[in-house]
Amino acid sequence: MNRFDYVRPRTVAEAVAAAAVPGSAYLAGGTNLLDLMKIGVARPDRLIDLNYLPGLDVIETLPDGAVRIGTQVRNADLAHDRDFRERFPAVAEALLSGASAQLRNAATVGGNLLQRTRCAYFQDTASACNRRSPGSGCDALGGENRLHAVLGWSEHCIATHPSDFCVPLVALGAVVEIEGPQGRREISLSDFHLLPGTTPERESVLTPGELIVALRLPADAAGFAAHARYVKLRERTSYAFAVVSAAAALRMEGGRIVEARLALGGVAAKPWRAEAAEAALAGCLPDADAFRRAADVALEAARASGDNAFKIGLARRIAIRALTLAAAGTPERTPALPASPFAPITGGLHV
Amino acid sequence: MSDANRSRHGSSIGQPVTRRDGMQKVTGQARFAADNNPAGLLYAALATSKIALGRVAFLDVAAARAHPGVVEVMVQENRPALAQHPDDKSVPFSFKMDLLQDDRVRYAGQPIAVVIAETLEAATEGAALLAPRYEAEPVEVTLDAAGAYVPETVGVGAPAEMRHGDVEAGLGSAAFRIEATYETPLQFHNAMEPHAVVAAWDGDALSLDMPTQGLALTQMRLASLFGIRMQDIHIRTPFIGGGFGSKLLSGPQVLGILAARLVGRPVKLVLTRAQMYGPVSHRSPTRQTLRMGAAADGGLTAIHHHLRTATSRFDDFLEPSGGVSHSLYAAPAIATTTEAVRLDTGTPGFMRAPGEASGSIALESAMDEMAAACGMDPLEFRLRNYAEVEPVSGKPFSSKALRECYTEGAARFGWAGRPLEPRQMRDEDGMLVGWGLGTATFPAMMFQGEARAVLRRDGTGVMESGTHEMGQGAWTAFAQIAADSLGLSLDQLEFRAGNSDLPNAGIAGGSAHTATAGSAIHSAGGQAIERLTELAVADPRSPLFGAGNVGVVARDGRLVRRDDDSRSESYSDILGRAGLDMVEGRGSAAADPAVAERYAMHAHGAVFAEVKVDPDLGQIRVTRLVGAFAAGRIINPRLVRSQYYGGMIWGLSFALQERAAIDPRTGRVMNADLAEYHVPVNADVPSVEAILVAEEDPYVNALGVKGVGEIGITGTAGAIANAVWHATGVRVRHFPIALEDITGALEA
Repeated sequence: MNRFDYVRPRTVAEAVAAAAVPGSAYLAGGTNLLDLMKIGVARPDRLIDLNYLPGLDVIETLPDGAVRIGTQVRNADLAHDRDFRERFPAVAEALLSGASAQLRNAATVGGNLLQRTRCAYFQDTASACNRRSPGSGCDALGGENRLHAVLGWSEHCIATHPSDFCVPLVALGAVVEIEGPQGRREISLSDFHLLPGTTPERESVLTPGELIVALRLPADAAGFAAHARYVKLRERTSYAFAVVSAAAALRMEGGRIVEARLALGGVAAKPWRAEAAEAALAGCLPDADAFRRAADVALEAARASGDNAFKIGLARRIAIRALTLAAAGTPERTPALPASPFAPITGGLHV
Repeated sequence: MSDANRSRHGSSIGQPVTRRDGMQKVTGQARFAADNNPAGLLYAALATSKIALGRVAFLDVAAARAHPGVVEVMVQENRPALAQHPDDKSVPFSFKMDLLQDDRVRYAGQPIAVVIAETLEAATEGAALLAPRYEAEPVEVTLDAAGAYVPETVGVGAPAEMRHGDVEAGLGSAAFRIEATYETPLQFHNAMEPHAVVAAWDGDALSLDMPTQGLALTQMRLASLFGIRMQDIHIRTPFIGGGFGSKLLSGPQVLGILAARLVGRPVKLVLTRAQMYGPVSHRSPTRQTLRMGAAADGGLTAIHHHLRTATSRFDDFLEPSGGVSHSLYAAPAIATTTEAVRLDTGTPGFMRAPGEASGSIALESAMDEMAAACGMDPLEFRLRNYAEVEPVSGKPFSSKALRECYTEGAARFGWAGRPLEPRQMRDEDGMLVGWGLGTATFPAMMFQGEARAVLRRDGTGVMESGTHEMGQGAWTAFAQIAADSLGLSLDQLEFRAGNSDLPNAGIAGGSAHTATAGSAIHSAGGQAIERLTELAVADPRSPLFGAGNVGVVARDGRLVRRDDDSRSESYSDILGRAGLDMVEGRGSAAADPAVAERYAMHAHGAVFAEVKVDPDLGQIRVTRLVGAFAAGRIINPRLVRSQYYGGMIWGLSFALQERAAIDPRTGRVMNADLAEYHVPVNADVPSVEAILVAEEDPYVNALGVKGVGEIGITGTAGAIANAVWHATGVRVRHFPIALEDITGALEA
């Protein structure tokens, strides 16, 4: 990798000031950035290390009942936090379905939101990629694109966002708190990531120097705890990115769906909240017909970007599965194979 | 049979001894090649080609040289001279190498320069700064490439075409026929330890720490390349982090040695994971068409196994997939034919069960389809076509307990009661459940090997043989053989191995290392005991005087009269009285052509698989694997089971996961890392069992052992594919089986 300066700020203000210098990058868990530096995709001149900033690794309940998660909270710590898991079981399940135990111990909340696509052409510096090198083209078009986007893509970029964590978060209306040179602001996670359009290099709304400091789940998000699941289709049982995934959360009263939340993963450059499908479910009985209709609505605009037409059908099916499992009720314990269609083998170990 | 029953009294062979190196491995104490850091060490990093065909037009050597810490950049112009062209293949089992001999590029990932620096980081960045420019030419990297030809040989000199009986007549007379084409992908070697070398020159003497599966062959090739004497090349390879056929001598390792020559200091070169996907060989893709016929009673009338595979544009290795059809099932007519294309990839090579693995998945799938066409249970069908003699050659088998493998495996798995029709079984969660079977087979081979044994006056022994510990536990098994051959317990034996200064143990390949080096060790120990016996029986002062050679056995550090346990003498006493510090024995082993002329020699097995498939989502999980294998005498059941587990898990990988994603436009591998090139994780292998089926083979070699390293991958992949069909009713004929193969077929 290239030679770079290493800066260790003591306060958020110092970090933001340090990052204002062009060529800077924040270093959190490093599970994605360091890999990208090793293969030459990221070549920052300065790394601003967030790991020594005080107060960013706290999970707290706010007076209004919302939960605020510091950006440096590790994936594993969040997933295994008892209160958090009870209130947001689908988020915990998504976290535990991602990567490996070692990576989850290092990866952070903020870093997860900002992880880069797994598109092979983005990672291969000899390939044309508008996201990595604006204006160079997109070699994923017409290339190895079995797992690429079926929603929200453009001729300029067909990459997907790989996060599991973000999928239930966006369904539950999470809010991102941002600190920057212009002060503090916050934005709904639904609006945080950008679709490629003609500027795929712009992956989120963050402007240079801005830092995610926390993530907030509103108080009402806990109202789905009894019926919330994340399901993830993978090419091996564990330690693989989603081919497609879905988070479903239902608020039920008297056997009917009062409010539904549904989001899809692995289908677009952002975690894909399916609001029209959610609306279609409100007031319905939680049955197969309703779920099928909702899934159809969710995938209405889907189209293949390459050899991936099969993903549209799979996304529909995984949405139905997630809704079905959510309707059946959140299991008492996080499944031993989190988010897997497969039940644990009897006697298997809990992760 | 329990492990305890397997061994003779007082014998090490047959005991489930734990690995001698186990504690070192699990505590991180085992030193692999790249763990060596001699004084003055420099680090080398490869720059590799991003194009697959063409030439390197420009390298920014000045930028790399200017990077702080960079010592030298090795390119075509300053690469030290070689005594032999890198394309020369005069040494057995060798392939053409890319050693910066010109500016041509013949595959993606080919080394095009080496940057040598004070730190690994500086070398790596130096290599990036070379920013090569290329003149690229159009590439062909798929089996659909033009210019198919009929080769003369496949594998290492095996005939590419074989015809036995009249296949067309057999097909014509058949009551049931199938014809099906199966495709397997290009797969890359991913041993845990990447290829590495630490090289240091002293004049024309070369000292190397490097993993190799063939110490002597590596010495020979290096001697030819550098024009130096074999005995001036000292290779230490105490531990190898997996070889699987990729670790004879590779081009990148030679580049590390050249770099050390260029800078006059020790140099370390370790491939990155991504650099494994190019210059260190791979398993080529195959497209295999099986035509089979069976009579009304299920007896096969003909098998035609046609193979289309690929080698590189510039060198030859053709995956010999058809070979399995020569030896496995009885049919009056069997033919194998081959066609090949040349691709702009690195040269394929030996990858665990080369030919048998890819051939088995096609043959076992076809056998399953044929059984279904006949309306027979797959096990019943295989038993109906059981080969009592090797079908093509007509030779008897030196031993063959395959029937027992079927019986013991089926009983353990619970095969009885399997519904004939697919899609009949579900679990309590609604998952589709399927059971499949595959027959495992691998030839029992031998190479040439040597060993030296010493019995010392203090009653201890030494065995020396330049054997290779690749993680399979070879040294533990060899020590057991050595201890028995010298009549010593394991703790009285010093076993020396993993060093080119020791007797040549042959290669660790072809699942023949134990047979080869083990036989040599057995013979060396026997000779040392013979020498000692001569001393004792000729000496009137010995209680063994007059016992004669045949009248003495070696046991617990003593020679004992065979007919009278009370008359014995310790090794120490015999040597002491003779005034000797030691006696020595030398042993060698090689295949006996007379035996090979008379007998067909193969290990066999039966693998049973259970899969569960999500009926809506298509995700597949192998929930149970049971393999029963017969491979002659078992030296160490614990180690052998591990070999079978590893092979079976690789079979799972073959059926469901492994595939190189090569962009046909550029020839570049787009998943050259272990995040995207999938191999099984623990959660993919919930239950795997290996049963050791008893088999005695009086012919195969002095020890009666057959290889166990590769057979596990055969049979397994087919068993899983067959189980997927049984679960879903969907017959997928290209591998790995993907989600959409299942859901797509269910939707259609």
